[in-house]
Amino acid sequence: MEFAELIKTPRVDNVVLHRPFYPAVEGTLCLTGHHLILSSRQDNTEELWLLHSNIDAIDKRFVGSLGTIIIKCKDFRIIQLDIPGMEECLNIASSIEALSTLDSITLMYPFFYRPMFEVIEDGWHSFLPEQEFELYSSATSEWRLSYVNKEFAVCPSYPPIVIVPKSIDDEALRKVATFRHGGRFPVLSYYHQKNGMVIMRSGQPLTGTNGRRCKEDEKLINATLRVGKRGYVIDTRSLNVAQQARAKGGGFEQEAHYPQWRRIHKSIERYHILQESLIKLVEACNDQTHNMDRWLSKLEASNWLTHIKEILTTACLAAQCIDREGASVLIHGTEGTDSTLQVTSLAQIILEPRSRTIRGFEALIEREWLQAGHPFQQRCAQSAYCNTKQKWEAPVFLLFLDCVWQILRQFPCSFEFNENFLIMLFEHAYASQFGTFLGNSESERCKLKLQQKTMSLWSWVNQPSELSKYTNPLFEANNLVIWPSVAPQSLPLWEGIFLRWNRCSKYLDEAYEEMVNIIEYNKELQAKVNILRRQLAELETEDGMQESP
Amino acid sequence: MEHIRTTKVEQVKLLDRFSTSNKSLTGTLYLTATHLLFIDSHQKETWILHHHIASVEKLALTTSGCPLVIQCKNFRIVHFIVPRERDCHDIYNSLLQLSKQAKYEDLYAFSYNPKQNDSERLQGWQLIDLAEEYKRMGVPNSHWELSDANREYKICETYPRELYVPWTASKPIIVGSSKFRSKGRFPVLSYYHQDKKAAICRCSQPLSGFSARCMEDEHLLQAISKANPVNRYMYVVDTRPKLNAMANRAAGKGYENEDNYSSIRFQFVGIENIHVMRSSLQKLLEVNGTKGLSVSDFYSGLESSGWLRHIKAIMDAAIFLAKAIMVENASVLVHCSDGWDRTSQVCSLGSLLLDSYYRTIKGFMVLIEKDWISFGHKFSERCGHLDGDPKEVSPVFTQFLECVWHLTEQFPQAFEFNEAFLLQIHEHIHSCQFGNFLGNCQKEREELKLKEKTYSLWPFILEDQKKYLNPLYSSKSHRFIVLEPNTVSFNFKFWRNMYHQFDRTLHPRQSVFNIIMNMNEQNKQLEKDIKDLESKIKQRKNKQTDDILTKELLHSVHPESPTLKTSLCFKEQTLLPVNDSLRTIEGSSPADNRYSEYAEEFSKSEPAVVSLEYGVARMTC
Repeated sequence: MEFAELIKTPRVDNVVLHRPFYPAVEGTLCLTGHHLILSSRQDNTEELWLLHSNIDAIDKRFVGSLGTIIIKCKDFRIIQLDIPGMEECLNIASSIEALSTLDSITLMYPFFYRPMFEVIEDGWHSFLPEQEFELYSSATSEWRLSYVNKEFAVCPSYPPIVIVPKSIDDEALRKVATFRHGGRFPVLSYYHQKNGMVIMRSGQPLTGTNGRRCKEDEKLINATLRVGKRGYVIDTRSLNVAQQARAKGGGFEQEAHYPQWRRIHKSIERYHILQESLIKLVEACNDQTHNMDRWLSKLEASNWLTHIKEILTTACLAAQCIDREGASVLIHGTEGTDSTLQVTSLAQIILEPRSRTIRGFEALIEREWLQAGHPFQQRCAQSAYCNTKQKWEAPVFLLFLDCVWQILRQFPCSFEFNENFLIMLFEHAYASQFGTFLGNSESERCKLKLQQKTMSLWSWVNQPSELSKYTNPLFEANNLVIWPSVAPQSLPLWEGIFLRWNRCSKYLDEAYEEMVNIIEYNKELQAKVNILRRQLAELETEDGMQESP
Repeated sequence: MEHIRTTKVEQVKLLDRFSTSNKSLTGTLYLTATHLLFIDSHQKETWILHHHIASVEKLALTTSGCPLVIQCKNFRIVHFIVPRERDCHDIYNSLLQLSKQAKYEDLYAFSYNPKQNDSERLQGWQLIDLAEEYKRMGVPNSHWELSDANREYKICETYPRELYVPWTASKPIIVGSSKFRSKGRFPVLSYYHQDKKAAICRCSQPLSGFSARCMEDEHLLQAISKANPVNRYMYVVDTRPKLNAMANRAAGKGYENEDNYSSIRFQFVGIENIHVMRSSLQKLLEVNGTKGLSVSDFYSGLESSGWLRHIKAIMDAAIFLAKAIMVENASVLVHCSDGWDRTSQVCSLGSLLLDSYYRTIKGFMVLIEKDWISFGHKFSERCGHLDGDPKEVSPVFTQFLECVWHLTEQFPQAFEFNEAFLLQIHEHIHSCQFGNFLGNCQKEREELKLKEKTYSLWPFILEDQKKYLNPLYSSKSHRFIVLEPNTVSFNFKFWRNMYHQFDRTLHPRQSVFNIIMNMNEQNKQLEKDIKDLESKIKQRKNKQTDDILTKELLHSVHPESPTLKTSLCFKEQTLLPVNDSLRTIEGSSPADNRYSEYAEEFSKSEPAVVSLEYGVARMTC
């Protein structure tokens, strides 16, 4: 096996593991192709079982012949291994470095992982676009499934099947694709059953400096408007940035050519700005010595919560257009694969009760992130600790999850899932034994034959035993539109993610357990009361029968 | 009332504080002798107690009318627009008069009548008995005794009559020491830790200047350290920043010189004075009142206000106390300048960390009565009950409540009470509705005859106890389980439910806490129902066998028995209703009906646009 060459020392004894809030453990360190394992060979001590792909960065230092490796993980955890022997330490370090930065996707763990559980439902087939479309088709006949992208020829980042206005044929779609960034012609993202308004998403129009226009594009998006109605184009870039994009062939919808559409510019940051924000935030959270002023100023300077507020505000705006103004919305930024998806998916969380259920949220991620072509492989290649910064790395998905957490916090009974579900998704987006988040688009996933060669995350998560961990005991289905507050006073730091390894959560966990107990006990009592009541009623009728001769 | 010229104004608009689109409600404004009342077109009532008003401002006339901005001590801010300037002026003048009374006798407590007779009122005042409390702590004992030195308030006017001191401290020592301490506040016992035999004592700063010393004071401190049989060393904690304490030396005051006292370890903990705290809170409120506040401005404002830094300093000082006692088994003497602000904060919070009794509802009341009320925290001056020196006003007690709130956040199961309890107490330190917090010391309270003329708050809170119970409280914990809070900066958060208590749009729309609280209540009811049902079923079964027997004996139809009748009357009891509005939506405090309208708003098919304007509504290009 190829991995053997990368593993210079497969095993070292007497390694000491240091983790925050746990006593140090001494044991044997083993390196496998995909895992770093520390075994204390004592039954009740917890062992370390870490995916190499979860490792974001490592530091090493030496004191005499005792080497220390500090491993910084993509889930923000930092652990320390003390390894006796300089050579062993260097070998381990370089092996970890090599194994955690494999450049071929097919060498990654999902291709080797063999599930130890019985697959009841294959997650790869849980959320087919046809099924999703059926939900809409009962309510409207204005939309159709198009297979124009069957071979990924029209738009490489789109799935083979998309939903478009019925009146627009595939030929027109091909033309529109040439007018939109990355071939991402406007497609249906969400249909609001209450009033028939829709959210569409696309790439930016390629107007360029000379104001190019495309009749088919205009026709396509106008086809979604009711007679006499106006729609809104939400450009996730500031007007300035959008104008600058024209010089590179991009641009935005000119009023003159889209008279029925009103354009609104918001500014959601992308790329390195977000990555730097994450790096600063995690750095601030990891330093326990900060005094109050320094902590607050670091938190402020990270701008993380500013990004959260901006994204949520834009999503609220989109939802408001749909639900309040009764107007359809087209959302795009530049490529339409990042901020666009944050906004379309969060607007659905606000508007659509189904997306607040576990299944519905999984479907949302499948539809609005995976099939919609969010480049997970690129965006989640590294996390907060990596020094080799690449332009395409950005915590776009983590920001989305954080925004969902913010809404969940404000509406704690309106979601079927709990915070752990969001944390789990974050972990798997960055390092996983499952194939779900591999690749950058459907076409890449097809080429990699992920469906055949790897297991879907949903196959595992949707087992009843797993689901119970992620179920919100307070959930009570709520059919309303939920409007979150976006005031800074209402948007706290997501401690479950960012302070997770920096504080002891024992008391909070115990309190959560107690809460679950109260709820469980309540259900139990209700059931018992019902049984007793029935019993009593039966006895009463029996009596009644005996008494009436 | 002679101050009220206009009692009712119609067509008044109430503006939403955070709305950028000037959303408003129209209604009628009423002025009563005690309250300002606004009833909007949905018959929703907003009551504002005159005593809660911190400031009234009349802004420049606009086209829609005359704006009147009222800021309250419970952090409510209302913005009215009165159509006619003359009405506005009248109300403005009336409120200025009514919100600032010159005499105690004009405060609400003296006219408030909850329909209780004299003996009930007296019982209410006897609910908290500090003599009992000292007994609970384990004093008097072989080391500590009740001193009658201050029985007539002769030694110290701002101390209570009953004080506990080391038994070796004779009266001349006490008198001598009191002459060497600011305002005569000599070292006395605040909390006795029975398990460790160590004590928390409190006093004011010594009048040491640059070199003065006092044998009696040195004696008294030695007596305190000797009263601890385990550790002869005691800590003297000066809660002020070192610089402030040094500056005091020039005025003939200062701090203890370690060389003059045989067995002390001296320590500064650096909590700022009342003036710094006052302006810190003011800055905090200014930042948070901004419309369309950005995240960046919020955090830089939070930082520059210094508020959380001060909260952390108080918490750190309390932890120092708890550690001295638990880890080193050492007694601690705490003082600041006068020993009634920072000293009260640190002593009470330290005791709360050490003794789980103070984390119960009753215990917390006792703690406030002891370390705050009886030891002369100047509530009336700090809360500005009367028209007085604005420089004496300071949120010292608010900070104490906030520290406790932070503890409840870190230890969700350690407190019998919930956040609503803290908010309710905060409400009443300013309301002047009850006598507890009126006046600045016990002597003054006695002179005001508060126990005869006013009511105590505590029985009213206990009556409503259900509202203030923490459903997650685990009472199993041992009395001396010490809380060891984590004071890394990131643990301190902005207390939205206090400072934005009335800005509902900023709150979570559903409250887990209230749901769990209701469920806990419901569970108790269900348990009862089950018992009822089980006994009925049993009865029924017994009866059936009886019936069969009688039938066989008498061969006749048994007449309807009375027991049967009652059980037939027992209808299918509906389960205790889970209030839907409570389940779907909530603010923070169940105690206040202001949250219930919110529920109504939400349970309509279309929720009101509660917060959108905050950042969203402007659809400009």
